[in-house]
Amino acid sequence: MRPAPVRWLVLVAAAGLTLAACASGTGNDNAGDNDNPDDSTVEGSSAFDPDAELSGNMTIMGFALGDEIAEIRYDDAVAAIEPVDVSLAEGELDIQQFLSAMATGEPPDLIRPNRDQIGTFASRGAIMPLNECVDGEGIDVSMYREAAVEQVTFEGQLYAIPEFNQVQITMANADLLDEAGLTLDDVDGSDWEAIEAATEAMYEQDGGRLSVIGFDSKLPEFLPLWVRANGGQLLSDDGRTAHLDDPKVVEALEWAVGIYELQGGFGTVKAVRDSADFFGNGNQFAAGELGAMQFEQWYVNVLNDVSPDAPLAFTTAKDRQGQPIAYSSGSAWAISADADNPEAACRFIKTMTAPETWMKAAQARADARAEDGKPFTGLLTGNAVADQEIYDALVEPSGDAKWDAAIEATYEANEHTTSLPANPADAEFKTAWQDAVNRVLNGQQEPQAAMEQAQQEAQSALDEAWAAWDED
Amino acid sequence: MTATTAASPGAPSDTSALRAKRISRRRNTRAALLFISPWIIGFLVFTAWPIIYSGYLSLTNYDVINDPEFIGLDNYQRMLEDPKIRLALWNTFYFTVLQVPLYVMVSLALALLLYKAGRSAGFFRTAFFLPKMTPPVAVGILLLLLFNGQDGLINTVLGWVGIDGPAWTTDPTWVKPGLILISLWSVGSSVIILLAALQNVPQEMYDSARVDGANWWQQTFKITLPMISGAIFFIFIVNTIAAFQTFTEAYTAYFGAGNTTYSNDAALFYVIYLFQQGFEFLNMGYASAMAWLLFLIIMVFTAVQMTISKRFVYYEGEQR
Repeated sequence: MRPAPVRWLVLVAAAGLTLAACASGTGNDNAGDNDNPDDSTVEGSSAFDPDAELSGNMTIMGFALGDEIAEIRYDDAVAAIEPVDVSLAEGELDIQQFLSAMATGEPPDLIRPNRDQIGTFASRGAIMPLNECVDGEGIDVSMYREAAVEQVTFEGQLYAIPEFNQVQITMANADLLDEAGLTLDDVDGSDWEAIEAATEAMYEQDGGRLSVIGFDSKLPEFLPLWVRANGGQLLSDDGRTAHLDDPKVVEALEWAVGIYELQGGFGTVKAVRDSADFFGNGNQFAAGELGAMQFEQWYVNVLNDVSPDAPLAFTTAKDRQGQPIAYSSGSAWAISADADNPEAACRFIKTMTAPETWMKAAQARADARAEDGKPFTGLLTGNAVADQEIYDALVEPSGDAKWDAAIEATYEANEHTTSLPANPADAEFKTAWQDAVNRVLNGQQEPQAAMEQAQQEAQSALDEAWAAWDED
Repeated sequence: MTATTAASPGAPSDTSALRAKRISRRRNTRAALLFISPWIIGFLVFTAWPIIYSGYLSLTNYDVINDPEFIGLDNYQRMLEDPKIRLALWNTFYFTVLQVPLYVMVSLALALLLYKAGRSAGFFRTAFFLPKMTPPVAVGILLLLLFNGQDGLINTVLGWVGIDGPAWTTDPTWVKPGLILISLWSVGSSVIILLAALQNVPQEMYDSARVDGANWWQQTFKITLPMISGAIFFIFIVNTIAAFQTFTEAYTAYFGAGNTTYSNDAALFYVIYLFQQGFEFLNMGYASAMAWLLFLIIMVFTAVQMTISKRFVYYEGEQR
């Protein structure tokens, strides 16, 4: 018989292991400072002035060096705030790390989240409104892309400055299109029946297994794009009311899921999708494993690098009225509510996103590409002025029609972007509709029922988050 | 007289001896406490306090950024009404009930093989342990590569013997079995523990059994397993706790950055949902309540396992 102390020791050890692993962090002694985000702004924003002398330290979280676009802009921004000592924790913004830093009262001065996270951070008072920063440093907000600015504006206040911009364009395998007697017009999104027909014409099975995907509607991520193309929207313009059970949303989902059903179901398509050498020269287009899809423009650069001779074709994505459409996403710069050095952070942001800084970085990229004998495919930023200057000065015909078409489609899409408005429950909202799409994809629910459930979940999360915000 | 004096409890010489003994014991205790104080301080600051504080947070509405707001048992009430809690618990129980016995059986089988390996045991011991060094995040990626339904290695090998393998990573029915199988990747540490236990079984017992005509199976079930039952039980307990807290591999494979989040439902383990609530939805109070529910569940399971173990587990030196 084992003695009682041994048994108790095992129980206590088990308790320790369990709770230590699940314990949720430390207290937030400084949290009281954040009750009103405006307070922190007032406290820490006395000298937003382009001529003000800066000093002290500044910490950054969520930014990585590694290419000329990042390094040149970073060097310029650091130079602009000299003699401030800049400390950069390289990498994507780790929310857990950022929140832990907030909880311990040592937040970074500057963070670089995705734009769809701004609403949550702003509503919780984690980041400060940039009105004083913008006014003091003389930042011209009108030069930033409207859709991007909307995404970082919460309750009428600007909380971040857009950085990069991502848009989707139509990408296709020209050989597969030709063999099926199709053109890009059949897969650009303007005619959903044509896409269905193209899917059936291009997909192939080999021994009962799917070997070529005809068309990939890129669910669950691209549901917002198809909904917009169908004339609907997932969320009201004020970010308060979910429209997930709207007939236009359900119709878009039914159609996009139907594309997979034509090819043996989503599981089958995704297995092929996952097996592709996405960033390599055996990518799905080069290997002839994919007919067409809508995808972000940065992938053009990947394709140009790894498979320049692949039979590719590009055009814009279009809505059902035949108009170009794209869903805007990307990063943004925000200043922590408890930042020690908001003045330096503000000037840093201003420099990082200024047209002249973007231009310098783009020039370096274009030179590097020219050195490698490759075309400069453009650079999409959240700054419309910078985009235009870069396009006018650096984007030239490559001599290869398909890459020129890709560049043209990218810039055209960039002029027709839309985005979700900032809201205080963006993560829960996104989870609600993505889970609904997944339930449909794995056959658990029909589209109507799935989106009705998602509507309830999303609206409940929105109501709770807005109630907390409105109370404050 | 001398003997009487020496035996008297109140005698001065005896008192001073006792006092010296007490002082010496106190000094030893102080020295021991001093030596283990780094651990005690670390335990109090980094384990005990977070545990206690998470108990308080579970009674609050806390988003990590602002002050916690006391809401009583609302978080626990909300858990009762949250269908995702039920789903996450079901996924976690499914994983635990299948993974733990399989993990122990595979560990034991490999340890028994290693025990018989003779001179080459050192090489195989290293070979079995090396995968344990793989970071769990990498194992999550490995899962997607090995178990891809289209051209993953597992299905390719199954194809050689005429089996048409399932879509492990995209068919919700096969997502959890895939995760269970990939968890065997890190079986090495348990193998080493069991091997050490096997090597401690007295050889004389096998010699006696052989003299009595016992075959390998009889020796294994009558001598080996009872003699290493303590080690098996240890692995069982520790692995059960780990299975209840499974997170990294499934999160990397199905919820990480850049993932399409397909198969959410099938791979949504309890701690993944807890993490989502805490760090994605910023409901840290609710996440803390979830942590306490998991704590209670693990305590109950551990207590049950320990009660049952009294009948099966043998510890060296104890009377049966």
